[in-house]
Amino acid sequence: MSTQTATTILESLALDEEGFLLDPQTWTREIAQALAQAEGISELTEAHWKIIEFSRESATESGASPTLRQITKGTGISTKELFALFPKGPAKKVAKIAGVGKPEGCI
Amino acid sequence: MKTFLILGAGTAGTMVANKMSQHLDPMEWKIVVVDKDETHIYQPGLLFIPFDIYTREDVIKPRRDYLPRSVEFIRSDIELIEPGENRVRLTHEKRVINYDYLVIATGSRIAPAETDGLLDNGWHENVFDFYTLEGAVALSRFLKFWKGGRMVLNIAEMPIKCPVAPLEFLFLADWFFHERGMRDQVEITLATPLPGAFTRPRAAAILGDMLERKGIAVEAEFNIMEVDHEKNVIRSYDEREIPFDLLVTIPTNMGAEVIERSGMGNELAFVPTDNHTLQSKQWENVWVIGDAADVPTSKAGSVAHFMLDVVIENILRHMEGLKPLPKFDGHANCFIESGFDKGILIDFNYDVEPLPGKYPLPGLGPFSLLQESSVNHWGKMLFRWIYWNALLKGEELPFESQMSMAGKWS
Ligand SMILES: Cc1cc2nc3c(=O)[nH]c(=O)nc-3n(C[C@H](O)[C@H](O)[C@H](O)COP(=O)(O)OP(=O)(O)OC[C@H]3O[C@@H](n4cnc5c(N)ncnc54)[C@H](O)[C@@H]3O)c2cc1C
Repeated sequence: MSTQTATTILESLALDEEGFLLDPQTWTREIAQALAQAEGISELTEAHWKIIEFSRESATESGASPTLRQITKGTGISTKELFALFPKGPAKKVAKIAGVGKPEGCI
Repeated sequence: MKTFLILGAGTAGTMVANKMSQHLDPMEWKIVVVDKDETHIYQPGLLFIPFDIYTREDVIKPRRDYLPRSVEFIRSDIELIEPGENRVRLTHEKRVINYDYLVIATGSRIAPAETDGLLDNGWHENVFDFYTLEGAVALSRFLKFWKGGRMVLNIAEMPIKCPVAPLEFLFLADWFFHERGMRDQVEITLATPLPGAFTRPRAAAILGDMLERKGIAVEAEFNIMEVDHEKNVIRSYDEREIPFDLLVTIPTNMGAEVIERSGMGNELAFVPTDNHTLQSKQWENVWVIGDAADVPTSKAGSVAHFMLDVVIENILRHMEGLKPLPKFDGHANCFIESGFDKGILIDFNYDVEPLPGKYPLPGLGPFSLLQESSVNHWGKMLFRWIYWNALLKGEELPFESQMSMAGKWS
């Protein structure tokens, strides 16, 4: 996706102040790519998609975006790789790109 | 004869045994409680052991003394739970117990093996936990002779039981080193996976300020990858390094191994539980109370206490063929020891975050919410007495199970 297309998509989106999709229903794969670019991930690889898809399934099931441990357990991708794929704070980045809402964190 | 089986005789299991024995007809029901050892530890007291405020003897009592005479207490490891067969296998004499109702109260445990290098040569030498009695006692020995240096407190992963305990530890450490005239010899850092000092925003801001005022550095969003004993650093997945002379760790917290073995847990071996009724999501004669449940509120003794009435009422309803009531609201309150004989009280539930204000308590309070006071400190010290003498017996405490907004400034 070109930077320009990404910018056009991003401008059309309703995001909260931290960059999360306000309405997760509007999510598409295109939007994911644009959001990924905004997070400094230029290309979504197969491994990225595996994680994104797992997160969407898991969020639909539980109503909350998954924790790192849920992602690693659910996809078989190690925490180390997860940090390489979504540098600095993968839980938040994955949630943002997958359009599943901000991780509630823990209590 | 029907069997009411309770797994775990810690805070929650003991309360359930006491309360249930008042309700069930002994001619019809046998109550059985299983735990792997005989010593009940007052876990909130572990916090004070490293600083020589409590000793080992101050926090332990025989489990049996707190259980009603009418229940059968079995000391054994639980080997396997087979909820499909309404059956539990014990290691002791390979005993098999068939149950009609099962209450899971196996708590949470630290799992240091989840972090690379944590259990290597430094374990209980210059790397300590204080969530176990052994860890807390070993740390108190270490601190007695420590000359100072870099102390790092690391939380490996959330959720942890009693999420305020690490902060209390830091506040007390600051006080302890002051008292010994060596505060200027110690650099204190909190390395946490959270974005700030605590989980909920209002409380995080206030507690964050307190850390700053006490000169305690915070390294936020730090997800530990490994402990490197050669360089004496902890390293995060994003390759940040924090050097330490003394590492105090809150390792990954997980549910009991038997939950994992029995295939009844989530990714951290906590049991999937209905947030409001506390019934197992999968088996209708299985109920979960205390830290063992995967419900999204704090894992704390106070929470187990607030769960108690809901669990008891719902089980009794179920015995009568009635639907369980969704009464549990995630209510938690914690006294936070903040050092120099002061404390803070926070009170919250699933929906309402900790707010400042006053906590009205007939006879005792009011306690200041989210504000330091010495009344709160005495509340915390009094808690040990309340724990052994009222809480474990399942007696009424001057706290409501459901949270109240009285006195809170929203
Ligand atoms: C340092 C620290 C400070 C704390 N401070 C506070 C505080 O200020 N206020 C507060 O409210 N709470 C506090 N807590 C938390 C509180 O102690 C716990 O939340 C509470 O004890 C939970 O009760 P429980 O019954 O769920 O688990 P536990 O009391 O831990 O009981 C679980 C029991 O299950 C048994 N068990 C597990 N597996 C097996 C098996 N396979 N076979 C046989 N038996 C088994 C264990 O031996 C144990 O006795 C603190 C905890 C710690 C560690």
